[in-house]
Amino acid sequence: MYKYDQYDHAMVRARVEDFRDQVRRRLAGQMTDDQFKPLRLKNGLYLQLHAYMLRVAIPYGTLNSTQMRKLAHIARTYDRGYGHFTTRQNLQYHWIKLEDAPNILGELAEVEMHAIQTSGESIRNISADHYAGAAADEIMDPRPWAETIRQMTTFMPEFSYLPRKFKIAVIAAEADRAALRWHDFALRIVKNDAGEVGFQVFAGGGMGRTPFIAYEIRPFLPTGQILSYLQAVLRVWNRHARRDNIHKQRMKILVHELGEEEFRRQVEEEFQHFLSLGEDFPQAEYDRIAAYFTPPPFEAGLPEEIDRTDPDFAVWVDQQIAAHKAPGYAIVNISLKPIQGIGGDISADQMDVVADLAERYSFDELRVAHTQNLVLPHVRKADLYAVWQSLRDAGLADANLDLVTDIIACPGLDYCTLANARSIPVAQKIADRFADPERQRDLGELKIKISGCINACGHHHAGHIGILGVDRKGTENYQLLLGGSGDETTSQAKITGPGFDEDGIVDAVERAVERYREVREPGERFLDTYRRVGMEGFKEAIYG
Amino acid sequence: MKILTGNDLKNGRVVWWDGQGWSIHVEDAVDVGDQADAILSREDAACRVNGGYAIDAEPDPSGRGVRPAHIKDRIRAYGPTVRPDLTLKPADPNAGTWVI
Repeated sequence: MYKYDQYDHAMVRARVEDFRDQVRRRLAGQMTDDQFKPLRLKNGLYLQLHAYMLRVAIPYGTLNSTQMRKLAHIARTYDRGYGHFTTRQNLQYHWIKLEDAPNILGELAEVEMHAIQTSGESIRNISADHYAGAAADEIMDPRPWAETIRQMTTFMPEFSYLPRKFKIAVIAAEADRAALRWHDFALRIVKNDAGEVGFQVFAGGGMGRTPFIAYEIRPFLPTGQILSYLQAVLRVWNRHARRDNIHKQRMKILVHELGEEEFRRQVEEEFQHFLSLGEDFPQAEYDRIAAYFTPPPFEAGLPEEIDRTDPDFAVWVDQQIAAHKAPGYAIVNISLKPIQGIGGDISADQMDVVADLAERYSFDELRVAHTQNLVLPHVRKADLYAVWQSLRDAGLADANLDLVTDIIACPGLDYCTLANARSIPVAQKIADRFADPERQRDLGELKIKISGCINACGHHHAGHIGILGVDRKGTENYQLLLGGSGDETTSQAKITGPGFDEDGIVDAVERAVERYREVREPGERFLDTYRRVGMEGFKEAIYG
Repeated sequence: MKILTGNDLKNGRVVWWDGQGWSIHVEDAVDVGDQADAILSREDAACRVNGGYAIDAEPDPSGRGVRPAHIKDRIRAYGPTVRPDLTLKPADPNAGTWVI
């Protein structure tokens, strides 16, 4: 993974000291809240319901064990012993004191971490396939490009005061594990007919109040031209963006209003201008960054067989393991969705366990998935049983990846100032309703995603079953949506009809799931059945 | 009735205006009548509380203190309903029902 050079260290440390001085001045009454707020947000520090919340950036979801142990240390020392992994592959602490924030950022800087660009009108943490560098189906590791774009754009003035936040994702496989087309700007690394590597470029996607699925705006972009192309996209957006209307500031609105063709035309025009300047980064710079992502020294000749004598272990293997590119290795998915737990939450002790496992069994690498789970990307199949035993002892061995209880849920009204309704209790009640492992496996892949407000941090637009919490005259109410997807067949979920109260939404979900069971054809997932029979086939079951 | 709330500047904790200063217990909140703007303006200048604002509340049915009208402020007063161990009343198993 990428290692800071002297310039990176100097920049991050300087930023910490800048913020330390800003906090000192705010606490001394030398700055108003209006003056201080944009400064703290630029350092990932929000004010939430119960305390300050610090969002720590985890670029493209990659961590090492030293960093994970530091996150555990911060959770113990400055927070309440836990952290929360987000749908943007970041980590949030929900109980931070302002007076501690500079020291926390200083501790993060020690392990090459920060909270820059986790808030504000900037290019947010660039996300990637959480199997990057390990997946059997990828063309190449997409993270060097994510890191290159991160370096190109961080602190670049033209990208620092954007009309609104801007989200980028990069993948390198046909399978989309990063909700690519739900991003403002998305890159899939592909090969053309000549065997050259380039980007398939998408733009104008996003969830929130007005969801749009990104259009493909270029089928093939030579990799070396990415900075010119990104500058062209942002220039068109900057030129037209409605900075006067918060509901129309995101780039997806512009792409929709200009139209796909006109947006593409204007981008291409600007692109030719930027190309003529010859300011794309040199290949040597990409090579320097890519060298940090050299694959680990995988052993040859390892056995493929897994001893499945222990039935609980066998169930876990079947659900939590993904195919690795290196023979004899596996990708391990660690569920953060225990039935009675809070999705994405992890205790400091569990962080230490995971860090130890990464160090001992996975070449010191960890990944955070946007689904609020963790990944050990490079585990020898022969070590899987030992890994499982450690995870089981730490309460991290649930076998529910992509099943009905592997629910994405935002923090909701239990923590978030923007939320209108609680998300976590609904997720817990649904998980409890479907807790029977055999029932979960019988239902197969079924992705439920819950947001506590229209901002859609819980990705409800992309849920096979989506749930949106709203405020109806001071009471929590939940809308049910069906048919969304964040994979390579991206689709937007549709509202079924009138909303439900907290218990009613759990019953409605169960009725939809039971209808699926009744009408599914062999091999069909919930989403496949929905796409075949349509909304009407489910509405009758849900509303009677 | 109108009560005032905000977050402590230093530690972010939820606080309630008790007539003299800021308390972490909603039970201590007092009706400020039509004085909300004046108090908030004064307190904003004192830099002790972030984002203070006035909310509607009613006398608590228990007879002690007040109950914010909106669930968001009741959750602010109590803590996250999914982590009773982190609330102000971790030993009271029924405290969470006050929120809903």
